Amino acid sequence: MSEVIFFFEVLAGGLLAGVMYALVALGFVLIYKASGVFNFAQGAMVFFAALTFVSLTERGWNFWLALVVTLAVMVLLGIVTERVVLRPLVNQPQITLFMATIGLTFVLEGLSQLIWGSQPHGLELGIPDVPMEWLSQKWNVNISQFDLFSAFVAGGLVAVLAVFFHRTRIGRALRAVADDHQAALAVGIPLQHIWAIVWAVAGFVALVAGLLWGVRNGVQFALTFVALKALPVLILGGFESIMGAIVGGLIIGASEKLAEVYVGPFVGGGIESWFAYVVALVFLLFRPEGLFGEKIIDRV
Amino acid sequence: MLYREAGQFKSSYAEDQGIFPLRQDRIAFWVLMAVAFVVVPLIGDQYWLSAILTPFLIFALAALGLNILTGYAGQLSLGTAAFMAVGAFMAYNFVLRMPWLGIIPSFILAGLCAAAVGIVFGLPSLRIKGFYLAVATLAAQFFVLWALQRFGWFTNYSSSGVITAQEIVILGYAFKTPAQKYLLTLAIVALMALAAKNLMRSETGRAFMAVRDMDVAASVIGIPMMKTKLLAFAISSFYCGVAGALHAYAYLGTVEPEAYSLDLSFRILFMIIIGGVGSIMGSFLGAGFITLFPIFLNLASGWVSHALGVEISHATVSNLELIIFGGLIIFFLIVEPHGFARLWQIAKEKLRLWPFPH
Amino acid sequence: MSAARRAGDVILSVQDVSLAFGGVRALQEVSFDVCEHEIRAIIGPNGAGKSSMLNVLNGVYHPQQGKIRLRNKEFADMDSHQAADLGIARTFQNIALFKGMSVLDNLMTGRNLKMRCNFLQQALWLGPAKREELEHRRAVEEIIDFLEIQHIRKTPVGRLPYGLQKRVELGRALAAEPAVLLLDEPMAGMNLEEKRDMCRFILDVNDHYGTTIVLIEHDMGVVMDISDRVVVLDYGRKIADGSPDEVRGNQSVVDAYLGVAH
Repeated sequence: MSEVIFFFEVLAGGLLAGVMYALVALGFVLIYKASGVFNFAQGAMVFFAALTFVSLTERGWNFWLALVVTLAVMVLLGIVTERVVLRPLVNQPQITLFMATIGLTFVLEGLSQLIWGSQPHGLELGIPDVPMEWLSQKWNVNISQFDLFSAFVAGGLVAVLAVFFHRTRIGRALRAVADDHQAALAVGIPLQHIWAIVWAVAGFVALVAGLLWGVRNGVQFALTFVALKALPVLILGGFESIMGAIVGGLIIGASEKLAEVYVGPFVGGGIESWFAYVVALVFLLFRPEGLFGEKIIDRV
Repeated sequence: MLYREAGQFKSSYAEDQGIFPLRQDRIAFWVLMAVAFVVVPLIGDQYWLSAILTPFLIFALAALGLNILTGYAGQLSLGTAAFMAVGAFMAYNFVLRMPWLGIIPSFILAGLCAAAVGIVFGLPSLRIKGFYLAVATLAAQFFVLWALQRFGWFTNYSSSGVITAQEIVILGYAFKTPAQKYLLTLAIVALMALAAKNLMRSETGRAFMAVRDMDVAASVIGIPMMKTKLLAFAISSFYCGVAGALHAYAYLGTVEPEAYSLDLSFRILFMIIIGGVGSIMGSFLGAGFITLFPIFLNLASGWVSHALGVEISHATVSNLELIIFGGLIIFFLIVEPHGFARLWQIAKEKLRLWPFPH
Repeated sequence: MSAARRAGDVILSVQDVSLAFGGVRALQEVSFDVCEHEIRAIIGPNGAGKSSMLNVLNGVYHPQQGKIRLRNKEFADMDSHQAADLGIARTFQNIALFKGMSVLDNLMTGRNLKMRCNFLQQALWLGPAKREELEHRRAVEEIIDFLEIQHIRKTPVGRLPYGLQKRVELGRALAAEPAVLLLDEPMAGMNLEEKRDMCRFILDVNDHYGTTIVLIEHDMGVVMDISDRVVVLDYGRKIADGSPDEVRGNQSVVDAYLGVAH
């Protein structure tokens, strides 16, 4: 019995970690959907947002003020990125844009540490990272309160984004742009504005992810690596699907934790660093377009 | 007028297909070789030889390896450092366990091991392209480093994880001084660069480029997709593997997983973007730039702090370095996607006419 | 054109080929044959299945039904590598050249199946590899002369104007010394002068190398002028087959083309 409970505990922990991955993956998907850019800098954006926020609060700023100012900074960053990096590279091959975002990653990493310094910060949002009492008492299952909170935040974020994409004018324009740049331009949707908006939204998602991850792991340079965790999620879920990011995140989170617990001991542990990638790769061999991606047909 | 091809007629296809069809280029090349092999070891001091020139050559070799895969065959890889690590660790083990083999054969075998690993991680390229593949190559980066740290056999069960590379001895002659190590590196790199040039101007290179430019058309004219892609991974990883072995033996003197982080993979990618994607010379130009630039930045920050009387911390300089590297990548991608190599070519075309504009 | 003089035995035949994409039936039980040394055209209105037919012939698409016979060998379907091996070369409607490579290199890739040296020999550039390279260079230079593209030999293909790119693509296909050459709208998007040049080259190729040519073309004037026999497709079915004159007089062909200005 206790083994079954232990299994579910591990599974739940994995799924909740998966939510955190999904949160980062979401930022990638947003930008990819609207501009076809695989934004490698998403991880650096998470770091930049979290570091800006935590540095402001440490300087005695009010929580909400710091939040709003950080959000403004992220929006500004989105606009500048669009102007300086994306606009000159319009119509270039996707791989060129991808490499440009690697460059952007380095710029952001350097910039954040140049402005705010490179020492790690702790971050506290008021929700303790401890097991929920009634769950552990009644079912003897240990699930962190903070993990659940994160899951709720992520769920709420996805709901908001879904409404944004499907119910608002800007959202519809975004989807039109994602389907076909040329056609969107032809019906008078201003591509540049749309791109700036979507980068700003991705900046907002990065901020949320940065705060949640910051509480868990501290705000430090290692935050940029959470992006590396999100990449297998994207391969699994497909680059264009918000749903895929969520489901992919859950699958990766769960399988990673389960593997670490049940397979890890046999190979010496530490397999978390690559297991997600191997899951994604094996998956790719069977379904190159991802779980929810569209099938790609080569035409001549 | 300085750089003029008029009057140089090629009477055979062999001449036209030489590496340097123009006389000026040939002369410049041999002068450069003479300087590199003779003058530099004579006048170069320890610091220059061991901290700048040797690593420059090694990184150029790794960049060349990546360029074969990414620049010529069009398969983006973010796992370069992992293949270097395979080379470094396997070289250590070959020298350790089969000392009768000798250093050079050990390096070659280490390169072949890296090639084998490259083929395994190249398999996804048969189904996926572009940045999907780039992400897949990250798997190599994480898995290889994990395996090297986890399985004691690779490090000969050393407790610290840092092992000292054995002395380089070839036919009883020990390469100890920076100048000796530099010369050995130079010789290996020069030979391998020549081989790469030969490969890229013959059928294999054309098949790579065909796959890069349009894979459907390539397979229609009979270029085997699987063989070509995997060969690109194998050759590229071989180059990276040998570069890794040299990195451990001729530069660091130690074999340690930390030296082959994702950061190094990115650095080498930057070398080819800045130097020139799909250019052998570009690999060298890019490696030179990325190696020299931090040194220049350190010097410059020294001058600035001296002139202004403000202290510029080491952290500031390294953050600036990140920003400038990142910015340069974006700049080159926007302004000159073919990097320094293309700028050099443009300069040569200008020189053909100079000083007369027409 | 005196088809009788040149046409030899049947080299390629298509038997009851059907191809569907999901519910869309692109080809329905199409049969025809191609004789050695002839110029065979496939025509038809937009969406008639011409390109699909060509893609079946060189193994890009795989038909659900039917057989293809090349010389004495029969295939249910083939992959494109196999087709190239058997001597089928082609050009594409939307030019599929290797844009980053020079004209010379593009043509050299056409000869890749004839190269025997392995990559180690090539890396060393020793005797056999160098000899082989020069030998093929000579063969390619002949094609360059033939197509009158000497002046752009070293130019990257991406920088060439459209008409010249079409010519280079023809050259790449020719470099393979194909038994059957498939041309997918070789004159699409060309001006009158370029079309005239291309016609001349196609006829010269046929004449000089004796290459069997199967071509798709929209320009009816051109098709009637240069081809020996014509297959007409409409909605994936064959509706006529014969000499240009026979086809021109066929009522169902006239009906299929009614309203289409040509």
